[in-house]
Amino acid sequence: MSAQDHDRSHDHDGVSRRKVLECMTWAGTGVLWTVAGGVPTSLGLVGEAMAQTSGFTFLQISDSHVGFDKPANPNALGTLEEAIKKVKALQAKPAFMIHTGDITHLSKVKEFDDAQQIISQAGLDTHYVPGEHDIIDEEPGHEYKERYGKNAKGAGWYSFDQNGVHFIGLVNVVGLKAGGLGNLGDEQLTWLADDLKGKSDSTPIVVFAHIPLWTVYETWGWGTDDGAKALALLKRFGSVTVLNGHIHQIIQKVEGNVTFHTARSTAFPQPAPGAAPSPGPMKVDADKLRGVLGIADVTFKMGNARLAIVDTPLQG
Amino acid sequence: MTNFAFGRGAFAAALLLALVSALPAAARAADLEVKIDNFTFGPQKLTVKAGTTVTWTNEDDIPHTVVSTGHFRSKALDTDDKYSFTFTTPGTYEYFCGLHPHMQGSIIVKAVTGEADTKDGATP
Repeated sequence: MSAQDHDRSHDHDGVSRRKVLECMTWAGTGVLWTVAGGVPTSLGLVGEAMAQTSGFTFLQISDSHVGFDKPANPNALGTLEEAIKKVKALQAKPAFMIHTGDITHLSKVKEFDDAQQIISQAGLDTHYVPGEHDIIDEEPGHEYKERYGKNAKGAGWYSFDQNGVHFIGLVNVVGLKAGGLGNLGDEQLTWLADDLKGKSDSTPIVVFAHIPLWTVYETWGWGTDDGAKALALLKRFGSVTVLNGHIHQIIQKVEGNVTFHTARSTAFPQPAPGAAPSPGPMKVDADKLRGVLGIADVTFKMGNARLAIVDTPLQG
Repeated sequence: MTNFAFGRGAFAAALLLALVSALPAAARAADLEVKIDNFTFGPQKLTVKAGTTVTWTNEDDIPHTVVSTGHFRSKALDTDDKYSFTFTTPGTYEYFCGLHPHMQGSIIVKAVTGEADTKDGATP
């Protein structure tokens, strides 16, 4: 099978940037990525590799767009439910889940209710950050904050620690300026600087936010204007992982000690940067849809700053 | 190709519309439309007479907003939703989508002096 060949060709090798990109764009059964010292190495297919890892794992889901019912996916709630079933079926129970925003499509109460009802079935603590679709109610962001942001700062940013890893949820969908990209704002950046104070350089950091913190494709607004300021604050840390959503496809890159990863949506795919006239929902054949939706499973092996991200489509 | 034939028909219709709206018979400012399609406002730049109501219609499968800082702000427009604003004061109104700020447009409002409305860049 080409999937296996593709994967095996990377076994035990250091992998070039070009090969990383090759694997990245290949959509199929999840590949387990391990990052050691900034060099990504593929360990094998999900099943085998999962058995080898004994790290602490958590899950990322993103862009559920509950309420979306257009041709690209007439039943976004249904595919979210399938994703949660995948989560429940994972061999190693993750410690918790993060949702990188666009829980709902239009910030409606019923959409939030439906999403909650399905996501809670995973039986995992879930940490959220809002997407731009979650803050378009009458009083922008009210519904989101009532549900998920009560203990958060500002528009919903916060941090927490788990198994020695420091997690930071950032909001970059508020206060967007004409012609600009995502926005963190000075208040949040000041908070971030303060939050990182006193953390040792060896503390593994995971930052998650909806819009990519790095510029994926400026023409479509896929980036964050002041993302570089946040990354500058994180520069001294030996292991930084940035998890985003928004662009409904997997893109990964490694820059120094920072690994950037964007997750698939559980609702509908979007085109590769510049591959279509606009970033609107991409309609694929019904039998292909579940191959381009999915979840991401992240494993930390403590002690060696190793990180592995496994992307699992709803259907292999 | 059928697309071509359709394109020709649409072009002819647009031309007819343009001719009609250029007729001096329209005493009051004709109301104008901006379509939101493929994450773009079309026409991107529109010149109108004071008193004109402009209506934006979202034809995308993704919600958009129409925001002109300090002037007007629509609620989120789902597919086929509309938002209208009447421009009474001459000036240039730059606006953008509050959800996808790379989407930008402008409305230039001219004082009423009797000349017909003009659409800049209305037809490609």
